[in-house]
Amino acid sequence: MTKKPLFTNLTSALFAAGLTLFLGASVMGLRLKSEGITLGVELASTQTFIELGLAGLIVFLFQLFRDRIPKLSSSATDRIAILAFLRTDKQQRLWLMLTIAALLVFPFTTGRSNIDLATLVLIYIMLAIGLNIVVGLAGLLDLGYVGFYAVGAYTYGLLYTYFGFSFWQALPVAGLFAAITGWLLGYPVLRLRGDYLAIVTLGFGEIIRLLLNNLTELTGGPNGVSSIPKPTLFGLEFSRRGDNTFHEFFGIAYDPVHRVIFLYLLALLLVMLSIYIIRRLIRMPIGRAWEALREDEIACRSLGMSPTNIKLSAFTIGATFAGFAGAFFATRQSFISPESFAFIESAIILAIVVLGGMGSQLGVVLAAIAMVLLPELAREFNEYRMLLFGLMMVLMMIWRPQGLLPAKRPHRELKTTNAEVK
Amino acid sequence: MVPTMNESISYFIQQVINGLTVGSTYALIAIGYTMVYGIIGMINFAHGEIYMLGTYITFIVIAGLTLLGIESLPFILIAALIISMMVAGAYGFTIERVAYRPVRSSKRLIALISAIGMSIFLQNYMRLAQGSRDLAQQSIISGSWSLGTDEISVNLAYMQLIIFVITLICMVLLTLFISRSRVGRACRACSQDAGMTNLLGINTNHMIAATFVIGAMLAAVAGVLLGLYYGVVNPMIGFIAGLKAFTAAVLGGIGSIPGAVLGGLILGTAETMTGAYFSAQYKDVVAFSLLCLILLFRPSGLLGKPEVEKI
Amino acid sequence: MTQPLLEVKNLVMRFGGLMAVNHVSLDVNEGQIVSLIGPNGAGKTTVFNCISGFYKPSAGEVLFKGKPMHKLPGHLIARHGMVRTFQNIRLFKEMTLLENLLVAQHMHAERNLLKGMLNLPSYKAKEQELEDRSAEWLERVNLLEFANREAGTLAYGQQRRLEIARCMVTQPTLLMLDEPAAGLNPQETQALDQLIIELRDKYSVTLLLIEHDMKLVMGISDQIVVINQGAPLATGTPAEILGNQAVIKAYLGEE
Ligand SMILES: Nc1ncnc2c1ncn2[C@@H]1O[C@H](COP(=O)(O)OP(=O)(O)O)[C@@H](O)[C@H]1O
Ligand SMILES: [Mg+2]
Repeated sequence: MTKKPLFTNLTSALFAAGLTLFLGASVMGLRLKSEGITLGVELASTQTFIELGLAGLIVFLFQLFRDRIPKLSSSATDRIAILAFLRTDKQQRLWLMLTIAALLVFPFTTGRSNIDLATLVLIYIMLAIGLNIVVGLAGLLDLGYVGFYAVGAYTYGLLYTYFGFSFWQALPVAGLFAAITGWLLGYPVLRLRGDYLAIVTLGFGEIIRLLLNNLTELTGGPNGVSSIPKPTLFGLEFSRRGDNTFHEFFGIAYDPVHRVIFLYLLALLLVMLSIYIIRRLIRMPIGRAWEALREDEIACRSLGMSPTNIKLSAFTIGATFAGFAGAFFATRQSFISPESFAFIESAIILAIVVLGGMGSQLGVVLAAIAMVLLPELAREFNEYRMLLFGLMMVLMMIWRPQGLLPAKRPHRELKTTNAEVK
Repeated sequence: MVPTMNESISYFIQQVINGLTVGSTYALIAIGYTMVYGIIGMINFAHGEIYMLGTYITFIVIAGLTLLGIESLPFILIAALIISMMVAGAYGFTIERVAYRPVRSSKRLIALISAIGMSIFLQNYMRLAQGSRDLAQQSIISGSWSLGTDEISVNLAYMQLIIFVITLICMVLLTLFISRSRVGRACRACSQDAGMTNLLGINTNHMIAATFVIGAMLAAVAGVLLGLYYGVVNPMIGFIAGLKAFTAAVLGGIGSIPGAVLGGLILGTAETMTGAYFSAQYKDVVAFSLLCLILLFRPSGLLGKPEVEKI
Repeated sequence: MTQPLLEVKNLVMRFGGLMAVNHVSLDVNEGQIVSLIGPNGAGKTTVFNCISGFYKPSAGEVLFKGKPMHKLPGHLIARHGMVRTFQNIRLFKEMTLLENLLVAQHMHAERNLLKGMLNLPSYKAKEQELEDRSAEWLERVNLLEFANREAGTLAYGQQRRLEIARCMVTQPTLLMLDEPAAGLNPQETQALDQLIIELRDKYSVTLLLIEHDMKLVMGISDQIVVINQGAPLATGTPAEILGNQAVIKAYLGEE
């Protein structure tokens, strides 16, 4: 690309800066405040105007020099560069072993709140992996993913409340219910075009939340379900007193951290299992079909593949993962309410998938860690979190739609003497 | 006590009026969805947020003018309309430029995610700018007419009348604009065959931008009207209203402007009826269920033409 | 006389006011090569789309081995053994050649999730079989060396060959090719000619073609069906078509 002289960009830069100032000032310049029964306005703080001016300046400079800003590489090859240390199978296995060992040791080296946080990260990883099947692999934009998460969580919560189910009894049911919900919702809507699907799933997520909120007799309404028990280890409870407690069985002193560690290890196990399952699925006929469907649905039909069934499988499997994650969430929190399952959660999970790279497992895992930990580490960042997530989604789609760590391809190579080897 | 026959009829008619009031504002928002869909074939997820923005601007204008001691109602109303439309138009323009144009040629999924990102961004942007609490504005236009006979009587609030009149004016202006003006005709040509229109020397980019601006302005009008009608705003109102208006657009047949209007009116009425005869909590559930049903049984909507994808 | 493999009876397809296909009938007998010709916009691709289930015909019947197809969705028709290529090639461009052919064999694959998840021997054997068949067809269309490349990187003529191979791995009875020679150079057209004959003779596939290259059509067709502006104009052997005044006037006259 040839570089245009600066002044040709000058008008557009001035225009863009002016527009920025207008947009910002019109919304932020005057701040509404309640005054008794009516509203008043006051001039925004000086700081707001300074920030606004800065934003205008940045836009101005960006527009002015946009031709000179190096384009972000958009090929998947840089994955190789990032992961150079994973080049051979042997190295990969070694790193994998080291990582797993570190993750297993981790809870014994740190405090309770950190372990708890790590469990939350693992739950998000599970959610993101599940959504990645639907969005990243099958190319279906599901904006109501949190609905299945809610189904899983409430399945456990309610089965416990009404029938006294334990975590282990409820876990498979939670996955199953979420899968059934996914199937029932997916069956009619998956034949629709992609953007309709997005909206319908968005509406579905909202309906679930509204129902949980309004069916007060059944779900407890906005008050939710509380005192959901923690899982047991083969019947051994992690409580101070009881007939069959973990610490008495092993003859050690009671420590509440045991319970937290146990939950963490369980979540870790489930995440590793999930990752294994996905790795297999990608290489199986169904995984190939997802990818093909993402590229060209018409070609798929012409080859005898049923788009609805293939999409449905992705949708249902994704929902199952959310169901499991939901049960985990319920047991970690001990308390669930409709508030935890708002659209914003779907948006966060989607942001994780987009940032990590659609279809990329490792990318999504790393993105989940970053996205959950960052707000925890930088509290002041919390306020801006969703704003930045939204912005990031737009920018990623423009500059790097394949994510920070794009999916590895191909999944299968022909190894005959005649085929070129990469 | 069982209501008399006449009371029931009055109640019913009253609900229809209320439903049509809300419905006509849905129609205004739905037109934006339908126009954008018609021209670039995608759903502008951030459209509901423009409506929300319109309501905020209205409240700011009213509070600002009151502060300056201006109390003439028509002046306040017109100022709110004009300023909201200007700001919304600028936002519509920018949104298209920033979040849609760069990804227009990418895969559909990419464009959709960008649109969703924009919607989330705007919601939270407003939250930071004006806080996330509900802000209530004392209604500036109150009072109503009592219509009908002694037996059957209903109330038509002045605000409702204003909503009907302004909506009607907008529809007429839009129709004239699309059918008579050069830009309007070019827009229509674009939505039929963008490639061809481009060859004819019409700048498709400008037409798309124009569509976004017009859609945003109509959403802003809805924002002004509903803002005055309900008197509350928070950064989340665009989310639900956007979904509703989208439902209306699909119900009428996405891509069809009369369809959007029809869909808006039907949805508004259906929703109000649910609130009146069942429970207000299920209003939203009804709207979404309606959306699912139409998509299942008549994806091309009431007035839309079923199209066969060219292979 | 035996029943034709494919019978199309009085096919009609309307798009709004446009009669894109107007009472077209054609028979394809087993082992034959039948060509559908006509000027641009005559409605040939639309006929294909109706036969292969992508459009729902406004009227008329499509029978395959005597069974009605016109009410079935496209993917079920393909499973009956009727597959097609597209005028504007539709490969899975971001997948490798090998993957394109593996995907195409979805119907023949071991789709039991559990077996695949556990990587059972029966699953492995099936996958190997699919891979072998893919390699065989890649070799047949001279693309084996590019097996691990993305399909989108191939040259135009190569993409056309890959699309045919992708149909063939599904082991079809009837293969429908929409303008397979479009955009090919003379040598490539020559090779295509041979490939089509070989498909019929060696792999006993019946073929229905849409083609503009008259040399190719006249050389290999058993039967030719001519349509013009959606309506049938003539049916017959190449010699008959060449001698048909109406055809010469309406179609060949244009050339
Ligand atoms: N999905 C569709 N919607 C509307 N018109 C169509 C559609 N598909 C084809 N047509 C019209 O049908 C006519 C025949 O097209 P086609 O079958 O592609 O012709 P051919 O393949 O013979 O060149 C053309 O006028 C075309 O515009
Ligand atoms: Mg054609």
